[in-house]
Amino acid sequence: MKQQITVTVNGVQYTSEVEPRLLLVHYLRDVLNLTGTHVGCDTSQCGACTVIMNGSAVKSCTVLAVQADGAEITTIEGLAKDGQLHPLQEGFWEMHGLQCGFCTPGMIMTAYDLLQKNPNPTEEEIRHGLEGNLCRCTGYQNIVRSIQYAADKMRGAAAAAGGE
Amino acid sequence: MYPAAFEYYRATSVPEVVQLLQQHPDGKILAGGHSLLPMMKLRLAEPAALIDIGRVPDLNGIQDAGDSIVVGATTTYWNLLQSDVIRQSLPLITEAANVVGDIQVRNRGTLGGAMAHADPAADMPAVALALDASMKVVGPNGERTIPASEFFVDMFTTALSPDEVLTQIIFPKPQGTSGQAYEKFAHPASGYAVVGVAAFVTLDGGKVQTVRVGITGAGTVAKRASAVEQALAGQEPTEQAIESAAAHAAEGLELNGDIFASEEYRAHLARVFTQRALSRAVAAARG
Ligand SMILES: Cc1cc2nc3c(=O)[nH]c(=O)nc-3n(C[C@H](O)[C@H](O)[C@H](O)COP(=O)(O)OP(=O)(O)OC[C@H]3O[C@@H](n4cnc5c(N)ncnc54)[C@H](O)[C@@H]3O)c2cc1C
Ligand code: FES
Ligand code: FES
Repeated sequence: MKQQITVTVNGVQYTSEVEPRLLLVHYLRDVLNLTGTHVGCDTSQCGACTVIMNGSAVKSCTVLAVQADGAEITTIEGLAKDGQLHPLQEGFWEMHGLQCGFCTPGMIMTAYDLLQKNPNPTEEEIRHGLEGNLCRCTGYQNIVRSIQYAADKMRGAAAAAGGE
Repeated sequence: MYPAAFEYYRATSVPEVVQLLQQHPDGKILAGGHSLLPMMKLRLAEPAALIDIGRVPDLNGIQDAGDSIVVGATTTYWNLLQSDVIRQSLPLITEAANVVGDIQVRNRGTLGGAMAHADPAADMPAVALALDASMKVVGPNGERTIPASEFFVDMFTTALSPDEVLTQIIFPKPQGTSGQAYEKFAHPASGYAVVGVAAFVTLDGGKVQTVRVGITGAGTVAKRASAVEQALAGQEPTEQAIESAAAHAAEGLELNGDIFASEEYRAHLARVFTQRALSRAVAAARG
């Protein structure tokens, strides 16, 4: 039996009738047409599907859409504001944090959670933080640099705003 | 990537969970979903109904109850990592929770789910054994409490009946001079424990008073290493005493062997990681 859910994605509220077995990632991609969130595996291991749900990074292939009823979700499409890239997006651009780009949305959403929990991570903490995200291209070096770039920039912005 | 179809119920109270379990004998509880949904996606599990306990208010949270710490079943690893009372009294939980899976898994996975699932490679069963936790469960006939030492029965099998829900995991607060440590050899691909050893010791007058060692990963089910405990209890915990006690780590385990790690290798890891965990627990107790 279909169930009604209401979900806020990137600030827009949607109400839909879904089958209970619909995974959140398919809801985002196939129902809402937000295809920035990727599917890279069927074993919950690659992290390409990572989105922010109620403030925390989750693998949207391992959450049912019905479990997200009432939730606030941010996907990669929701990060840039007023045509301005998010510091993480800018970091991946500046530091060449991607090659094919398939893993990038998931990497960025996981890094978003990592930096909100720990705004000044060491390289080791960044690597520990990325354990749930696989990249087949870059060898991770530049991904770590991209996140360091974003961390520096975000701390600078927080300091300028009198946040620290 | 679609699981087989099922009916979905979102429970709002513990009695409702029990009632739904009775109405749906082919149903399963859904907590964080990070063991169950991966199995359903691969169609290794096809429950006819899911009873979502994720929003039952009484099941979530960490309470300091004086001489124990009570953790609600749907408390996530991330909730545990954020808790000061856990970090202060039961740092073993903090240490082990931090090496479960990855950020995303820790954000969703629950302590109750980890206990109820009893994956032979899961971390928290070893921790519950070492800390002498007990499991509060509720079923049609009311409530009962099962010590961790009787809870984990076999691979993916616990003392829970199909119509019971695990509600709380109760950890006694350590008394006296105590130390705790978790040592894990993580599978490089999956992150699960090839072997994980949780150690708890109390010292009295320079001698080991209480010692509990929980071993996961090595065998078909997480177990107390009784032979290690017996060898070390009452002894002065010198490096030599720890090493000779740890030599018993694989005794009584029904060893797992697979393409990554043979039975012999797991037995070896169990001994080495028991020694490391005990050494660190003793060092922590000495301060
Ligand atoms: C990529 C990945 C990596 C992982 N790595 C690790 C790791 O390194 N170490 C580790 O220990 N675990 C690991 N896990 C597993 C993770 O810890 C799971 O979250 C945990 O094992 C189960 O908790 P859950 O809340 O997700 O349970 P669910 O998946 O919701 O449920 C699991 C089972 O327990 C039952 N159940 C759940 N809650 C209750 C309850 N309160 N009462 C009765 N029955 C209940 C369910 O019916 C189901 O059968 C990993 C998982 C993934 C996806
Ligand atoms: S698609 Fe979700 S973890 Fe791979
Ligand atoms: S850039 Fe290709 S998978 Fe990461």
